[in-house]
Amino acid sequence: MMSEPITPEEVTHVAYLARLRLTEDELSRFTEQLGAVLTHAADVEALELDDVEPMSHPLPVENTMREDAPQPMLKPSDFLNEAPAVEDGRFLVPKILGEQP
Amino acid sequence: MTSAIPDHYQSASSIAANVASGEISAAETLEQYLNQIEDNEKDVHAFNLVTIDEARALANEIDKLVSKGGNPGPLAGVPVAIKDNLCTRGIPTTASSKILQQWKPPYDATVVRKLKEAGATIIGKTNLDEFAMGSSTENSAFGPTRNPHDFSCVPGGSSGGSAAAVAAGFAPIAIGSDTGGSIRQPASLCGVVGVKPTYGGVSRYGLLAFASSLDQVGPFANSVKDAAIVHEVIGGFDPLDSTSIKEAPSPFTDLLGQGINNLKVGVIKELMGGIDGISDEVIARANEAVTALSNAGAQVEEVSLPAALYCLSAYYLIAPAEASSNLSRYDGVRYGLRVDGNNLNEMNINTRTEGFGDEVKRRIMLGTYALSAGYYDAYYGKALKVRRLLAENFADLYKDYDVLLSPTSPCTAFKIGEKVSDPMTMYVNDVCTIPSNLVGHPAISVPFGIGSDGMPIGIQILAPPMNESVMYQVAETLEQAGT
Amino acid sequence: MSPEIFKENWELVVGLEVHAELATTTKLFCGCLNQFGNEPNTNVCPVCLGLPGSLPVVNEKAVYFAMQLGRALNCTVNRSVFARKNYFYPDMPKDFQISQYDLPTNSDGRLDLPNGITIGIERAHIEEDTGKTTHIGTSGRISGADYSLVDYNRAGVPLIEIVTKPEIHTIDQAKAYVSELRAILLTLGVSDAKMEEGSIRVDANVSIRDIGETNLRTRCEIKNVNSLKSLGRAIDYEANRHIGLYENGESPKQETRHWDENAGRTRSGRSKEDAEDYRYFPEPDLVPLNPSKETITKIDQELPELPAERRKELLDLSGAKPSDIALLVERNHDSFATETITSGGSPNQVIKHLVNNLPDGLGQLTPQTLAQLAQMEEEAKITNTQAKKILEELVEQGGNPSNIAAESGFEAIDTSEVENLVDELITSHSDEWERFCAGEKKVQGFFVGQIMKATSGQADGKLINQILNERSAKK
Repeated sequence: MMSEPITPEEVTHVAYLARLRLTEDELSRFTEQLGAVLTHAADVEALELDDVEPMSHPLPVENTMREDAPQPMLKPSDFLNEAPAVEDGRFLVPKILGEQP
Repeated sequence: MTSAIPDHYQSASSIAANVASGEISAAETLEQYLNQIEDNEKDVHAFNLVTIDEARALANEIDKLVSKGGNPGPLAGVPVAIKDNLCTRGIPTTASSKILQQWKPPYDATVVRKLKEAGATIIGKTNLDEFAMGSSTENSAFGPTRNPHDFSCVPGGSSGGSAAAVAAGFAPIAIGSDTGGSIRQPASLCGVVGVKPTYGGVSRYGLLAFASSLDQVGPFANSVKDAAIVHEVIGGFDPLDSTSIKEAPSPFTDLLGQGINNLKVGVIKELMGGIDGISDEVIARANEAVTALSNAGAQVEEVSLPAALYCLSAYYLIAPAEASSNLSRYDGVRYGLRVDGNNLNEMNINTRTEGFGDEVKRRIMLGTYALSAGYYDAYYGKALKVRRLLAENFADLYKDYDVLLSPTSPCTAFKIGEKVSDPMTMYVNDVCTIPSNLVGHPAISVPFGIGSDGMPIGIQILAPPMNESVMYQVAETLEQAGT
Repeated sequence: MSPEIFKENWELVVGLEVHAELATTTKLFCGCLNQFGNEPNTNVCPVCLGLPGSLPVVNEKAVYFAMQLGRALNCTVNRSVFARKNYFYPDMPKDFQISQYDLPTNSDGRLDLPNGITIGIERAHIEEDTGKTTHIGTSGRISGADYSLVDYNRAGVPLIEIVTKPEIHTIDQAKAYVSELRAILLTLGVSDAKMEEGSIRVDANVSIRDIGETNLRTRCEIKNVNSLKSLGRAIDYEANRHIGLYENGESPKQETRHWDENAGRTRSGRSKEDAEDYRYFPEPDLVPLNPSKETITKIDQELPELPAERRKELLDLSGAKPSDIALLVERNHDSFATETITSGGSPNQVIKHLVNNLPDGLGQLTPQTLAQLAQMEEEAKITNTQAKKILEELVEQGGNPSNIAAESGFEAIDTSEVENLVDELITSHSDEWERFCAGEKKVQGFFVGQIMKATSGQADGKLINQILNERSAKK
């Protein structure tokens, strides 16, 4: 492959999408390492597979469903004790900058 | 001391029989194993947590049940070590990650529940590569596990703690998870039996997801028969897992002891030197396994699995893609670590940046990239098509062959620190095991002698989905030939 | 059909996305109660809290409801695949939403508005709802809040999202579409469809173009619209904003905007770095849904009569005002009306009572008793006021209207008695009578009032008028 498989700008963007922050060092290291994996993946990228049906699931199972019947629920003490911050039985989070997209 | 291999392994089936008959109590059995842990755990570091009190309580319950004449179950008093990515109610479940910060789940994984119901005593939570991402157990936030055969070597991974626990005699049985070889490869490197069941054969409910369409829970044991017995216990339909299979397979121990006369075995040539990176010594040993099966009466032929060439690439697109989504939930809101910030976004970023190790970050970013706008078709979409090709290759082969054979790992256990700086070199460790995960088929690794370095070598037997009984049948023959 | 003009030479183009909560007993992927008003974080389990290791299992009732709605909207019901929509937000326990993407359960349908216009339905897919975030701070809103609190009781509640084609060209059409869709949801019983309570939520994709232009211009998605009235206001505001931009030589950028009811305007919702990249991919924890032909045939056979047919039926029978009929269908009182009318109740009286006097339900009332009451009224045996009082009692306790009338002393005064009273009054007030006969209408009130006074209100006003008119005609 002639061009870089992935640029530092792309790695920065992807890190943001994944809510990760990279130092300068990490950025160059990860850019190189991800590049190596993507270069390896170029064999797959190059395959002509237009007629092949993608397979997202290993087994051909369909229509697994459950009845609309209530099941036992958790007590708030079962999980609120594990939460980093709680107020009035709810999970407390720092101020949110944007609306739900 | 540089190794910790006991002289003798007790089989799970004999423990269960002795406990059920009252010959030896579950409590005494447990103490034997706790002593072994006491002696060697500081060198091996197989466990993130040894649950001594809980294990003693479980053992006492079994003994009480036996004294009352009750049926204590097929694993009565058998100590079982659980990979620390399976939920245990009220007991920290960490995935060897800082981000979970000793999170205590409010529920047991289905597998854990079934083991307890079968009379097993859960003895502790074993170390792993963080979120099961790795092939050496070096990517653990709590430090690496060492190979009981040689403390300077890795045990393989990601279920390195479970494999090491069984090899070191800390427990006769351990449970692991296998997404790209994470049970079979450490089993091979530690000289124990390791099984990846058919996808959907064992419930994933309560398994901290790495790559949902590839993850399967399975057993480690010191014998093929023990593995089959435990597989029987943990397997079966679970209404809590939509991907679990409703149809019951034929009992896994059914064909044990029957020999393999006239069975047809295909040897995958791409994994016997066709693909670079598999050591000559391992290939030579695999050829001896071929001879052994042939001597036992099987018809053995070389076969081709052309799509195997692309499996590594496909896997390292699909698994990270699913992982990037599965690991989003570790955001500092509901459980585990929170590193504060001025606003939600900063808190999310601080928490994840601090909480995840490098390998996890790499795979999350790789997966995010593979799914992101503009790259989906080129990477993720293509990888899913390779998966289809591979499934078609396998289906063709299974028209003519009962099982397939290959090495489990391209090499014996390597030194701690040797491959950790180069992800791509590390990823190649999975080249023989990945195909079974991509198509959801079962496979087993059976110890078959040692290499020139004195470290164990494992042979892999692959079988069609839901056909584990024949897989165990062939594996047992290999086990007998190898010892 | 000539294009609708929004303003000058601009045409409005709107597509609507309606989210309706499905009225199942439990959530979409777990057995927690789908219920409102409980203490925070009490209707939750490992699955809807997104705890590590938990897995979703689809509620078959939610799928059935979704397919029912699909067929009611003339959609094709497809083999469908759940997909993950990935983005970070604290009200989503897994930081992805399980939805459907390229393979939705329903596609390619249509909805006929009462005025005959057809709106194309692009898709109607199943997805899970989010939790609820409360912003703590002086403003009570997201901006200016100090911190927020999250309750996951609503997380995982089943939603169906119905997406129209961009074929709505007036604000009235948009409102009519939502009303009609609500009526269908209610008729099927698949959703409570209460817009104010948020069990249906409407997002509007708004753009504008020149009359005659065929391409679609940049659209903005307007969220947070909580009533039909604000839907109209929001579309109007946004369309005018676009026109303003174009007239200034600028153009809108594609984005999600939030309707601010108090300020009467839309606002940009997210920062630029959050450019949407949802990284959809097939949900690996779930398997595809693939209903058999038999399942779909069964759904078709079980489909109840839809509002349009029901309105037509009642209209043919009663000849009443279309708006009254639509109201009765929405209240689900149309079959009651039909039965009352076919039991002999006069359509006018029956529709009048159902529309005006029975908004809170029918109680003990039966079609037979209402028919009887309407008959008594029609025959002037009782007055309007008396009928209303009897109706109240019938709703509360049931019974026989003539008995109630008798017990209450409502027995209408005999016609001849009223005639006598009228004649006496004509004699004693001849001046007024002359003026009445000369056509002075206001004197009529005098006569009716006097008779009512004399009978303590028991006489039927209509009857009095009738007698007055007869006498005056004879003169």
